[in-house]
Amino acid sequence: MIELEALTKRYGEFLAVDDVSLTIGTGRIFGLLGPNGAGKTTTLRMIAGILEPDGGRVRIGGHDMAGEPMAARAILGFVPDRPFVYEKLTGAELLRFTAGLHGISGPSLERRIEELLDLWDLLQWRDQLVESYSHGMRQKLILSSALVHVPDVLVIDEPMVGLDPRSARLLKSLLRAYADKGGTVLVSTHTLELAEVLCDELAVIDRGRVAAAGSLADLRAAAATKDAGLEEIFLKITRGAAGSEIMAVLEDLA
Amino acid sequence: MNVIREFLLLLGPKWRSTRRRGAGARGRAGRTLLLLGVGAAAWPFVYFTLVRFLRALRGVEDVGPLLASRLLALGLLIFLGILLLSNVIAALSSFFLARDLPAIRTTPVDGLSLYLARLTETLVSSSWMVVLLLVPALAAYGRAYGTGVEFAFVAIAAVVPFLVIPAAVGSALTLLLVRIFPARRSRDILAVIGLGSAALLILVLRVLEPERLVDPESYRNLIDFLEALRGPSSTWLPSQWTADVLIRALDGTSDLLSWLLLWTTAAGVTTLGAMIHQRLYAVCFTRAQEGDENRLTRTAGWRGLEWLLVPLGIRRRELILKDVRSFFRDPTQWSQLIILAVLVVVYVYNMRALPLRTGTTISGYLTTLVLFLNLALTGFVLAAIAARFVFPAFSLEGRTLWLLRSSPVSASEILASKFWTGAVPLTGMALILTVMTNLVLGVPRALFLLSLGSILCLSLAFTAQALAWGVLYPQFESENAAQIPTSIGGLLFMLGALGSLGFVVIAQGWALRGYLASGLPGRVPRVARLEEIGVAFGITLGVALLTGVPAIMAAERRIRVGARD
Repeated sequence: MIELEALTKRYGEFLAVDDVSLTIGTGRIFGLLGPNGAGKTTTLRMIAGILEPDGGRVRIGGHDMAGEPMAARAILGFVPDRPFVYEKLTGAELLRFTAGLHGISGPSLERRIEELLDLWDLLQWRDQLVESYSHGMRQKLILSSALVHVPDVLVIDEPMVGLDPRSARLLKSLLRAYADKGGTVLVSTHTLELAEVLCDELAVIDRGRVAAAGSLADLRAAAATKDAGLEEIFLKITRGAAGSEIMAVLEDLA
Repeated sequence: MNVIREFLLLLGPKWRSTRRRGAGARGRAGRTLLLLGVGAAAWPFVYFTLVRFLRALRGVEDVGPLLASRLLALGLLIFLGILLLSNVIAALSSFFLARDLPAIRTTPVDGLSLYLARLTETLVSSSWMVVLLLVPALAAYGRAYGTGVEFAFVAIAAVVPFLVIPAAVGSALTLLLVRIFPARRSRDILAVIGLGSAALLILVLRVLEPERLVDPESYRNLIDFLEALRGPSSTWLPSQWTADVLIRALDGTSDLLSWLLLWTTAAGVTTLGAMIHQRLYAVCFTRAQEGDENRLTRTAGWRGLEWLLVPLGIRRRELILKDVRSFFRDPTQWSQLIILAVLVVVYVYNMRALPLRTGTTISGYLTTLVLFLNLALTGFVLAAIAARFVFPAFSLEGRTLWLLRSSPVSASEILASKFWTGAVPLTGMALILTVMTNLVLGVPRALFLLSLGSILCLSLAFTAQALAWGVLYPQFESENAAQIPTSIGGLLFMLGALGSLGFVVIAQGWALRGYLASGLPGRVPRVARLEEIGVAFGITLGVALLTGVPAIMAAERRIRVGARD
């Protein structure tokens, strides 16, 4: 379970996240949507304990991130928006390292590493340095490292970046199965089709604030649209570019 | 004209990034003031010391002026070696590995503009420290020889080609090396460079035999000695031409041939470099994108280290293993160890070559003085190594810091792993160096133990300080570990470390003043008393604790609350 209570973050004068409160229950997949610079990544980084909020509270599985950071992080798996990892470790070493940070080692870990690498077709690359991995392979390796310690909560920033269609489909199935087994998933994404088919609940963040939250039906109601798809709802809530503006840009290009 | 416009355009982003990095988040005014303060303290020190020394030298008939010019040539020769090596390494990064290159290669930028822009970048990043040292040194020469402001213009006109030559040669050398090995297999290139420069260093130091210059008795007569001083060390090297034009300018004359050699060589190697670049760069850049065969297995060595670290617990073991693996798999890091090892050997050898044991000159007093000199020099070497290898430790986490911060690892665990990864090899090396030099010098047991204890305290304190300054002034965006210490934080660490080292050396001299005085002529020599040794060690321990512990505490706090940034 993830609980956010009046979460606030400033960068100097700029208010990046403004009084965000959300509750994501056990066994649920929650999608965080919003335009570029809306505050999604900052919110996720505060949930993962990478950034400290200026105000408000984050609880992971009932553990307060400020008061019990070690207990909260122990049950968390995090995947950042950009797959930066230690270039000079091999894939297997990186997973061993991440598990080690959670105090896990031994033969059962080695078996889990094999399973995860095999799942993502990375087994033949296990002893190669990460610096020789492609973008998609790194993304798959980081997804493995987020799962290696069997966390209760998964927080993923842009899960599909760099993944091939087979891996993207695999990830969707994996996240569904993970939630069905009692895990909690929070994903931030720009891929509205993914959010529509995968997420049980959604929130749209705009300029640091929650503009709308709930099921797809709740969002339709918030956008005052009937039978509209998520793209239309999203554009309405976030005041997307008008047709006339797009035409102006295209005319310049011509 | 187009080439100049493109050249300036290509340098623009670098210049603006450097300026903004300098300004940082804490405000430009504060940092500029700090830099000015540091400069204001360091430059006059170098300047006045050198002016006094040069004036004293000039006072010595015949030999003095020759020694002064020889000193300049020797200094420039050493700088030339350093410049060549650092240009080769910097060119590898700026011509082949920089992150912006793929984007630039897709634009219709002229090859010559790219070459000139990257050559300038390589030159600046390799030479700025040498220039910082040259400014007060050449100003001191000007003052000691009583020249006017015009010497400054002569010096600039001489130093510019002196910097351009190693930059162009180094860049061309890198291009040719990448033609043979792909740049991603830089471990091979850097190993070749490291071993080559190590061999060169040994050769230069042994051919020059610097210890003979301070021991004129080893020459058959004064004429031989003067001949040895007068003879140009290396007429075919730009360092000698630069020294010649400068010395002649100091004497109020001009050395046209050396001027000609300097400028035509600079223009020639730059043109040649541009031609090689035009011909080979495209194919070399493609080769540089090729990956290395990076398949690695858990060798017995790694397994042994894993086993050794088992008592530390899983978290600490994995943190240390990660740092050690990353270090030894990154050739920009370990290749410098080769040069370091050579320096240590040369240092011990020169200690042996000191004229302490030549017949009547040996004395306990002299040995004790050399012991102090040894403490100061070993301390300086330790500070420099800590700056190079320990200071960047936190910055190197850079973009991967998210993994540690989102894991159940405390700030103190992160710091402890970085501290011990740096402290163990640094202290080990320091102790070996001290034991070897003490054995060579034949130091009495009590002083032997004092020097061992002192160097142990200093190496641990320097590790703590280097790590702490690295955390307080991180360089997360740096593409090259070797460039990280050349930042304001690195400078502050060096100043702090050298300040505490100077204090320890002076305080130990004060604590042992009675013993030292007993070695003077006309006094009764005695051994150092236990209480004198105790006070000297106590002061050293106190300095180590007072500088190391608060530094680590500040760093721990910064990692813990730094997540607010």
